[in-house]
Amino acid sequence: MSRHTLSVLVEDQPGVLARIASLFARRGFNIESLAVGPTEAVGVSRMTIVVNVAESPLEQVTKQLNKLINVLKIVELDNSAAVQRELLLVKVKADSKTRSAILETVSLFRAKVVDVAPDAITIEATGNHDKIQALLKVLEEYGIKELVQSGMVAIGRGAKAVSDRTLRSN
Amino acid sequence: MAEITGAQSLIQSLESAGVDTVFGIPGGAILPAYDPMMDSKKLRHILVRHEQGAGHAAEGYAHVTGRVGVCMATSGPGATNLVTPIADAHMDSIPMVAITGQVPSHAIGTDAFQEADIRGITFPITKHNYLVTKADDIPRAIAEAFHLASTGRPGPVLVDISKDALNAKTTFNWPPVMNLPGYHPTTKPNSKRVKEAADRIIAAKKPILYVGGGVIRSNAAKELLQLAELTQIPVVTTLMARGAFPDSHPQHLGMPGMHGSVAAVGSLQQSDLLIALGTRFDDRVTGQLSSFAPEADVIHVDIDPAEIGKNRFAHVPIVGDAKETIIELIAVLKDEHKAGRIGNYEAWWANLNRLRTEYPLGYDHPTDGSLSPQYVIERIGAINGPDAIYAAGVGQHQMWAAQFVKYEKPGTWLNSGGLGTMGYAIPAAMGAKVGAPDKTVWAIDGDGCFQMTNQELATCTINNIPIKVGLINNNALGMVRQWQSLFYNNRYSNTDLNSNRVPDFVKLADAYGCHGLRCETREEVDKTIEKAIELNDAPVVIDFVVHKDAMVWPMVAAGMSNSEIKFARDLAPQWMRSDDE
Repeated sequence: MSRHTLSVLVEDQPGVLARIASLFARRGFNIESLAVGPTEAVGVSRMTIVVNVAESPLEQVTKQLNKLINVLKIVELDNSAAVQRELLLVKVKADSKTRSAILETVSLFRAKVVDVAPDAITIEATGNHDKIQALLKVLEEYGIKELVQSGMVAIGRGAKAVSDRTLRSN
Repeated sequence: MAEITGAQSLIQSLESAGVDTVFGIPGGAILPAYDPMMDSKKLRHILVRHEQGAGHAAEGYAHVTGRVGVCMATSGPGATNLVTPIADAHMDSIPMVAITGQVPSHAIGTDAFQEADIRGITFPITKHNYLVTKADDIPRAIAEAFHLASTGRPGPVLVDISKDALNAKTTFNWPPVMNLPGYHPTTKPNSKRVKEAADRIIAAKKPILYVGGGVIRSNAAKELLQLAELTQIPVVTTLMARGAFPDSHPQHLGMPGMHGSVAAVGSLQQSDLLIALGTRFDDRVTGQLSSFAPEADVIHVDIDPAEIGKNRFAHVPIVGDAKETIIELIAVLKDEHKAGRIGNYEAWWANLNRLRTEYPLGYDHPTDGSLSPQYVIERIGAINGPDAIYAAGVGQHQMWAAQFVKYEKPGTWLNSGGLGTMGYAIPAAMGAKVGAPDKTVWAIDGDGCFQMTNQELATCTINNIPIKVGLINNNALGMVRQWQSLFYNNRYSNTDLNSNRVPDFVKLADAYGCHGLRCETREEVDKTIEKAIELNDAPVVIDFVVHKDAMVWPMVAAGMSNSEIKFARDLAPQWMRSDDE
């Protein structure tokens, strides 16, 4: 088993997310993370799906996804050849004793403070999975009151775009 | 352009898509569509008695005509009653378009009367589906639905249309512009792969053509025959492929799988090269996957890339239409043959011929003088011949109909293979008879299956669809009972239907306006079948009262290796003679 990042271009139509979620559930594949948003092309959305599967089920996932009529293209983004980012918003307990230490951590991780209250600080951070986990580990000791995280988005390095051929041919 | 309603646009779209028959039942949400349907000169609507019947009838129609079958139902329960046939068509790759009414768009999501999210419900059992809420979108949705259902790997497409879209004003344009940027099935095989396949075929010592339903869907029976005769390779036809290759052909070893012939099952187990054509290594064919065809390399031809490598690794994967691939393969092989490279399978044939001679399909007549179900089915096949169409339900009678009716032509055998839907036979036979009115159409059914869908006999009588029903009545859910005999110490929990007491099938037939006949002895069998053939003014139901304990043999127990096949209870074939070991 290993983590794979799939970039899935889909038609921006009602029900597409449900179709994909239903396919994963029905074929017994677990989604670790999922993010959806618009792309440079009108009418095309991009999903970044992280799955934890072995090599041959991954081929099945891809082939079954490809059978969905609203799916335009699937590319696996190799971890080493792609930039991967997650967004984290986290509310940490902070008082006069701990605040400066927390702020130091924030700056070490190049994170941002987005809200301050007398007894809490809300921090925004972006980064790859490992960085976010490392930050959370440090913040844990101050007491995490609330945490919200986005699914991972990823983009390949270099000049080539995932959508290059697909969208031109259409 | 003249303004029409969405409902009129729907009917014109169906007409323009070439539809001549719709099986369905009206109801609240679909009601607007039924009004212009009444005036259509091109559409024949057949009012069924249950929506499941409409779906299976559409499947039967599609099966014999090769065209898209169409069924129609209202929202909510009408739509959910279509779920079983839609799932059935999905499993067996039947081109079908199901049209359902939906509650008005403003009411969607409010748990309105007769509201069901049929699009959501059918996500996993359709090739694609639509929810149309604007009248202007109707022609495009219908055109796309027919295109998707009938191209690539065929399958069911559902179009759910809200009532307000049916009532709204629109204009009609045909053909509409289709917008399917994510759909481009590969039909043309990769020539390099085809060459690789040819090389392996020539090098193999023990190849086998493992033929599935895809060969029938792609209309490739003629090409398959050429390929088989050119190469002299033995052929097995799966349950879905019966009729794709003539049963009378000396190269045909029969059906593989759980109830396959010893020669067919054994050939796959011993083979060194499976040439899999339009087939998906279904568990009912492979048995325990890890011990299936253990020595074989695999050439896998399928139009659906997801089937290749799903259950079994393919050494030569070929994505393509079966017909196009076979044609190309023949051309390459002919060139190879001219160059003197030709496969030699003599030793292979010697072994297979022994298996087939020593372990033919067979059955015993019951010692108490009661009727053997296999005999009845064998006689129905023999008397009606290879031009008739046979539809079966699911269970023992289905397996016997696959084994003992001799099929010579594609499209003459209909059954529910993947989903295993009891009750398939009567409505499927009805749809087949509508699609091929000049053919004799038999439903070979069991007493269990028959009681799930026999209401469609009313539809048959009223609409002059004279099917013949050979009811193999053993008073029981026979296949389940067989498993109880073999694996549950003869403890017959809830498998006795008491069909000898109720209902009286002859009276039931009579009540439906059909001819009801009963046959209880071997002497009456031929006579009764012949009488049924003569009676064409109404459907005929023959109640064949047969022995209860007959079993389907050969059999591979579920989850076991195919090499553990038994050709009769506790009797295993001898795979190798000591002298050829």
